[in-house]
Amino acid sequence: MTEIVMSQTPPILHGPSEKERKYDRQLRLWAASGQAALESANILLLNSGSGTVGIETLKNLVLPGIGRFAIYDDEVVDEADLGVNFFLDEGYLGEPRSQCLTELLLELNPEVQGAWYPRVGDAITLEKLLATSPTFTVIMYTHPIRPEYVALLEGYGRQHKTPLVAIHSAGFYSYFRIHLPGAFPIVDTHPDETATTDLRLLSPWPELSEFAEKMTRDIDNLDNHDHGHLPYVVILLHYLEKWKAAHGGAYPSTYKEKTEFRQMVQNAARTDNPEGGEENFEEAVAAVLKTVVPPTLPSGLREVFEYKRTDPNEHRSGFWIIADAIKEFYEKHQCLPLRGSVPDMKAQSKVYVQLQNIYKTKARQDATEVLRTAQAMAPDRHIDPAEVELFCKNAAFVKLINATGGESNARDRLRTVVEQELANDENAEAMMMPLSLVGIYLALQATSYHVDTSAINEHEIMAEVDKIFPGALNESENLAKAAQEVARAEGGELHNIAALTGGMVAQEMIKIITKQYIPIDNTCIFDGINSRCQVLRL
Amino acid sequence: MASAEVYPASEPARWKHLDRVRTRPGPYTNTDTFDGSIVAENMEQMKILVIGAGGLGCEILKDLALSGFKNIHVIDMDTIDISNLNRQFLFRKADVGKYKAEVAAAFVERRVKGVKITPHNCKIQDFDEDFYMQFQLVVCGLDSIEARRWINATLVNMVDEEVEDSYKPLIDGGTEGFKGQARVIFPTITSCIECQLDMHAPRAAVPLCTLASIPRQPEHCIEWAHVIAWDQEKPFPKLDKDDPEHISWLYQKALARAQEFNISGVTYSLTQGVVKNIIPAIAATNSVIAAACCNEAFKIASNCAPFLGFPDNNYMMYSGNDSIYTYTFKHEKKDDCPVCGNLARELVVDPEWTLRELVESFATRPDAQLKKPSIRAEGKTLYMQSPASLEEQTRPNLDKTLTELGLSNGEEIGVTDPAFATVSFKFKLKFKQS
Ligand SMILES: [Zn+2]
Repeated sequence: MTEIVMSQTPPILHGPSEKERKYDRQLRLWAASGQAALESANILLLNSGSGTVGIETLKNLVLPGIGRFAIYDDEVVDEADLGVNFFLDEGYLGEPRSQCLTELLLELNPEVQGAWYPRVGDAITLEKLLATSPTFTVIMYTHPIRPEYVALLEGYGRQHKTPLVAIHSAGFYSYFRIHLPGAFPIVDTHPDETATTDLRLLSPWPELSEFAEKMTRDIDNLDNHDHGHLPYVVILLHYLEKWKAAHGGAYPSTYKEKTEFRQMVQNAARTDNPEGGEENFEEAVAAVLKTVVPPTLPSGLREVFEYKRTDPNEHRSGFWIIADAIKEFYEKHQCLPLRGSVPDMKAQSKVYVQLQNIYKTKARQDATEVLRTAQAMAPDRHIDPAEVELFCKNAAFVKLINATGGESNARDRLRTVVEQELANDENAEAMMMPLSLVGIYLALQATSYHVDTSAINEHEIMAEVDKIFPGALNESENLAKAAQEVARAEGGELHNIAALTGGMVAQEMIKIITKQYIPIDNTCIFDGINSRCQVLRL
Repeated sequence: MASAEVYPASEPARWKHLDRVRTRPGPYTNTDTFDGSIVAENMEQMKILVIGAGGLGCEILKDLALSGFKNIHVIDMDTIDISNLNRQFLFRKADVGKYKAEVAAAFVERRVKGVKITPHNCKIQDFDEDFYMQFQLVVCGLDSIEARRWINATLVNMVDEEVEDSYKPLIDGGTEGFKGQARVIFPTITSCIECQLDMHAPRAAVPLCTLASIPRQPEHCIEWAHVIAWDQEKPFPKLDKDDPEHISWLYQKALARAQEFNISGVTYSLTQGVVKNIIPAIAATNSVIAAACCNEAFKIASNCAPFLGFPDNNYMMYSGNDSIYTYTFKHEKKDDCPVCGNLARELVVDPEWTLRELVESFATRPDAQLKKPSIRAEGKTLYMQSPASLEEQTRPNLDKTLTELGLSNGEEIGVTDPAFATVSFKFKLKFKQS
């Protein structure tokens, strides 16, 4: 059976390739695996409205090297476009907007492929494009848009399980909403390094206990140098044993006990040495409250464990098989597979490396056990040991987005969220909380399909909201103001808000395509007057 | 509201979308200060300065040009490197080696007709106050704290309460990976960059003894090669962090040391990252932060909507790692800010410290971060970094304790640093009780 060998990359003696140099600043964020995912992605933008926010998004995807994109845009370039969109110029006035945008975007990165539609003379319809193109990885569309286009894209999304992103930017406001085709799990969430310390001080395994015991057997007679270089993990394990001995075998568990324990460690530091104190004991003292903790099941993983699968494909996906195996591991051992990393701490090099190896070995054993369980659960399927290893390493930080997805109750959910947000607003001042941005979403949404060029005033916007939401909003002064603000823009974009929103959408696209970091769930609203955003699950 | 009159710019068809918003009041517009009829012309007359033509700078130039500003200057001393091309979208492979400011300015001028962008291929420190006085707004997209502090101190110093034109709003952006911040500073009126310095504390340095004798992490081996081995062996006359041959040398040294101590993880990329202190950067985040900055510039210049800095919030923090989160808040001005405050900042010291210890402590204090401080006390010069003759004269003081130098509890000292030519940081000594 396969053993998991934690890879140690052989040293490459030559310098980086030209491509690695060009992408250096982003490879540090999503590594070669993320880059490969980007390079095999195929994005469709259905560009509509004043037409900037989608292009600013694409710019931020072409630069890091997305594989290919297509732009579908019915408009021709006019004067007003030149005042808001950077990827157009005078030479293209009267020409198809999609052509100009595509050509100027492609200048940014020769490694990216792009296509534009509809072609003059060969009026390829959106329907035909969707039917004949290689499968799209993600589709974006921008408001205001013709409703029949949205219907076509939604149909495609359902059929191909393609994520859809709707974007609307007008005046100082914008929102975008991500529609994922189902539950979306992420393993490589890149947690903050400070959050990842998991030392198992309250459930040490024999090798770790032995190591600590050996180093501290004669702790009081160690010379100052050795005493001052005991790793804090060893110090804490030693004094935890002492504590247990004095407390009927129980570990410190309450806050009060932990502070007492902390004092015990503090008192054990030598102060009669030349330095007048010991750095390693200071580290130990500082680590008590954070590391003397029993293993828990983090909420993100609990959600994964409790998730009810509805899609038959999920039963066959590597993620869900490994999740089942980890659940079994957890039920059996009452803890998760060990992450296996040890934070830096004062210690002799050799001792630190030994300690590191004890943790790594245990992590490898745990991962191997999970792999075997997974293989037994799905004997007909190849389980990738690297996937198991990554999952085990990140088990505590795994995240499930869109867990309760489904289109059916969208309207009810919107109503619930809006009511909740408006109720919160009543207490916002007292709670020193900013006001909800849901009014901006509603005001923009009221103009989502307003594709003709006539102006739409605030009363019409309010009336439109009232249709979606009878009565509920008559009293919201906030919504009235949002409607006025949307009316001021008359559907036009401000370049800054389009660029800002395009940056946010591009970040989200990168997260979805690379399956790294954590995407929003599921709507982000931006208020350019107060310079802040709010994410709501709508 | 929306029926109010639009006052078009010089090319009404082109700036249709912009004019509808900037020349008509919205529900949040302060109608006491807003006059739609003069907005377009005012913005066209304004001179705006952009500092930095890198990741943020390229975006800022594009955003300002499409916000209705017509007269823009940009300062950047750097030339284009291949690693810029993943986000600095005004540059192509053929531009590698050329000046960023020049290429960026020419590109935006070509694309957005009617905008004039003047490039300056030099350091911000090469200009004096007269130069900075000509601008109405300054937008900063820098990756160096030092340069930010310099321009901040300069703009604060330029304020003359009698002259309205001497107040230059400073808008500053910064990014790291998926995170960033945008802030607006009204010099002497709202919290300045120096007031906020402790929000950008430098990473704690690894103790020298760890590097020298007990390395544990790959970074320790790289720092050892960088700090110790290079000095001992001097393989090249001067370390050039952009020369792959130099980085390769450090990498080999670090790798050998790591193998000696059984430490894994030293790579070429990590070596480069540690030595050059590389901050990950992507187009998407630059796009967010630059646009947030330019949106504030646009609102300040047009008055068509409230902007950061008045009355409350002046700082937007942005994080895109885990969902999207912004925190927009008011950073309070500090009365004891060494740049914009009136009070001397309290400095807790041990009277038994030598002056050398005091001098060195300024580098690591999060609220000071002064690497080459010169120190004066009432009526006496304690230590001067330059000129050489004064340095030599004052050097013996370095080994004297503060008590021996006659400093007393509560005494005020002035600290200057060549990085902030014009500013003297005031500190009030507070002796530690022992
Ligand atoms: Zn200040």
